[in-house]
Amino acid sequence: MAAVGQRTPLVDGIEKVTGRARYTADLPFGQALVGRILRSPVAHGVIRDIDTAAARALPGVRAVITGQDFAAPYGVIPIAQNEWPLARDKVRYRGEPVAAVAAVDEATAEAALRAIVLDIEPLPAYFSAAEARAEGALPLHDKKAGNIERQVEQDFGDVDGGLAAADLVLERRTSYAEVAHGQIELNAAVAAYEPENDRLTTHSVTQVPYYLHLTLAQVLGMDSSRIRVIKPFVGGGFGHRVEPLNFEMVTAALARAAGGTVRMQLTREEGFLTHRGRPATDIRLKIGMRRSGEITAVDCEIVQRGGAYGGYGLVTILYAGALLHALYRVGAVRYRGFRVYTNLPPCGAMRGHGAVDARHAFESLLDEMAGQLGLDAFAVRRANLIAPPYRTLNDLQVNSYGIPTCLAWVERASGWKERRGKLSRNDGLKRGLGMACSHYVSGSAKPVHWSGEPHAVINLKLDFDGSITILTGASDIGQGSSTLLTQVVAEVLMLPMARIRVIATDSALTPKDNGSYSSRVSFMVGNAALRAAEELKRLLVVAAAKALQVTPDEIEWAGECCAVVGTDKSLDFAQVVEAALAHSGTITVKGVWSTPPETQGGKFRGAAVGSTAGFSYAAQVVEVSVDEDTGVVKVEQVWVAHDCGFAINPLAVEGQVQGAVWMGMGQALSEETQYHEGLALRPNMLDYRIPTIVESPPIDVHLVESHDPLGPFGAKEASEGALHGFPPALTNAICDAIGIRLAELPATPDRVLEALHVRQREQRLRAHRAAVAAAK
Amino acid sequence: MSKRLLSLTVNDRAQQCAVADNALLLDVLRDDLGLTGTKQGCDGGECGACTVLVDDQPQLACITLAATCSGRRIETIEHLAVNGRMSRLQQAFHEKLGTQCGFCTPGMIMAAEALLRRHPDPSETQIREALAGNLCRCTGYVKIIESVRAAAGGAR
Repeated sequence: MAAVGQRTPLVDGIEKVTGRARYTADLPFGQALVGRILRSPVAHGVIRDIDTAAARALPGVRAVITGQDFAAPYGVIPIAQNEWPLARDKVRYRGEPVAAVAAVDEATAEAALRAIVLDIEPLPAYFSAAEARAEGALPLHDKKAGNIERQVEQDFGDVDGGLAAADLVLERRTSYAEVAHGQIELNAAVAAYEPENDRLTTHSVTQVPYYLHLTLAQVLGMDSSRIRVIKPFVGGGFGHRVEPLNFEMVTAALARAAGGTVRMQLTREEGFLTHRGRPATDIRLKIGMRRSGEITAVDCEIVQRGGAYGGYGLVTILYAGALLHALYRVGAVRYRGFRVYTNLPPCGAMRGHGAVDARHAFESLLDEMAGQLGLDAFAVRRANLIAPPYRTLNDLQVNSYGIPTCLAWVERASGWKERRGKLSRNDGLKRGLGMACSHYVSGSAKPVHWSGEPHAVINLKLDFDGSITILTGASDIGQGSSTLLTQVVAEVLMLPMARIRVIATDSALTPKDNGSYSSRVSFMVGNAALRAAEELKRLLVVAAAKALQVTPDEIEWAGECCAVVGTDKSLDFAQVVEAALAHSGTITVKGVWSTPPETQGGKFRGAAVGSTAGFSYAAQVVEVSVDEDTGVVKVEQVWVAHDCGFAINPLAVEGQVQGAVWMGMGQALSEETQYHEGLALRPNMLDYRIPTIVESPPIDVHLVESHDPLGPFGAKEASEGALHGFPPALTNAICDAIGIRLAELPATPDRVLEALHVRQREQRLRAHRAAVAAAK
Repeated sequence: MSKRLLSLTVNDRAQQCAVADNALLLDVLRDDLGLTGTKQGCDGGECGACTVLVDDQPQLACITLAATCSGRRIETIEHLAVNGRMSRLQQAFHEKLGTQCGFCTPGMIMAAEALLRRHPDPSETQIREALAGNLCRCTGYVKIIESVRAAAGGAR
């Protein structure tokens, strides 16, 4: 294979390393107006009045808007649209946008914000799921009694029977702090409105230009044909930008109100308030296991503290339950999920979506039960392997499954058998090894909008200049999707990548793509590109055959040239192009792909969530050292094996797997948001502790290729699956090191020390009681 | 606030800008001089995305007053490629995938450049310490370290 399977630097890498790449805040727009947002100082309240008269009167202020200037509320899930771009009637979290201004410069915009008078009557506010669910709590939203955004009840098989048949049943409670995406690029949008012809062009940091486009039309009450959405270079997403965000809509509305161009750049603090991160979660998990390690039943309850609005919320609480399945055979499953509204910045989708905390609970409990049964951690996983093709209890399809190979590699590479229990070094640190498995979807098999359209569309253009343009709506956010698509097209057409360029994410030019979320792009858009390239090759072969006066089967295609088999009659690429254009002029072909119906999940309520055409799989081993005097946990090394089906770009796949594992480390070790009475306490990059290079470990990646039957060249996702395995591998390693199983993440030094002190107190108490008993 | 004329040397070019006393170097570079390669990633001094070189020393442009740079030699990411040829560091970050989304990349490369000018053959510890103030959210830093080592190795 000449292009796919090769370690390929990014097709836009040179622009990035030279500083030429233009992100939204870099785009040249001349003398644009500056947009700023006024945010609610109150966590829950009724808006009595917003007096903008003084702000409007300031010289240099061109527009002041409130929630009344929008036509409709929005939300990424069509059945849960309860958010306004600027709050209307009520505010529901501290920091919620309530008004916005566009002015000639930043100083004037700031002055205008200060001149707006807010009259908000405070209401009781709820900052935990328990408070929000308590009897008598005010509902944040109509028709949502008990502040339950969504309640999920799923029962598969006979759980009670499975628990009764088990040799060991354990139940544990764990809790997880809320975390944020932390993408380095600040949020920004530029909206240009042409009043003369009622046209809007928006550039934004979005991962989902299509959803943004639909939402702009909806909230502005504009015809979508008059809107153009362009995504430039984006500095990371991780799920922060997979739903249309309030500031994007506000910027557009300001541009329309001002009749011109408005630039908005959010501060880092505002980025934390925009949020859409992983919710604080409490889990109760019970597993039944036979002496062999075989899982007989799973009983799980999950409560997610969702924040003030719906967003992806109901999908998140569904993923948490759905992905209890499809990693192992699990006997029978009972799942109860509660997504709760609270007066905090709204949560959303974050890498690993919904399943990360549940996977931690599961892999931790497997480890604990293995210990009690005298089984090795690897043996317990091996006792529950899936043999594909396999249909899970919740109707998910598993066609390729690399777990056995992943387990074997990390077991060997980490020296698990030889080294576990023998890591101490006499330097005062306790050391340990821990392992865990994980998995994730390669795109949700059922799209967010059930419009009947194909799930991915690609156009290829070939014209007189002999270059091939890939026209795609697929959003490259650094994961390398544009590079992958180029490799796929180059491979099929047997052409050098230099002949191919990618034009992406301009709604006036490129076919719509649903966006970069749930790791759908490699699988779905990769497949569409494969088909488009095959169609283009077919057309070129037909043209070559006609020019050489033979039938298409007699043509041997070799990319830069083609020849009639068994002769020396040939044409070079330019000649083939000329022959092809002679028939039809500029050639554009389309490739489409959709997930097969049998992968789209079952018929029960919420079944679509978790469905996918291919699951990725991973296993990892983490080595830690723990300082019992300070509680500091250091990750010394990670070994991770990731089944990506086939690595179209092994270089990019490694990078994504390392990034995913490391992001899991951030959540497991040091990241957490914090609020006081709804006020965000860590809305900056110092207090919200993303690991620096100093505390980041070597991460050894091994790519496992299980050759998925549906993926393009057999490929599956590689960007999310490895994340879920890190947090449990870490706390399993800490348990190996110091004999304490942490039930709360992140494993910050204060929590580790607290756990050590609790154990010390308990030991002293036991010793005291024993002494007293002996004295009698 | 009124502005005064500031003479700066940026990327070997003498520049004169009308700059307020409280103007940040980051904003002068990006907005006045159109050098958008240097990025803002935080609310001040926390992420390293704005790292530039001032007299070969790495400095955060977002917390540097432009007025303090008069008479000093400022270099941004745009200065590293010479006559269309990328520097060894840029080449390495590209080939070894030290860059994914690319947003931390200019600051990361400038910080690494400062390191290699002082220590052409740095140890891994020296690399980690030199880049400790540059946050990346994509790579986990693994391929960043590999990129810096490759660039240093290429110089041997």
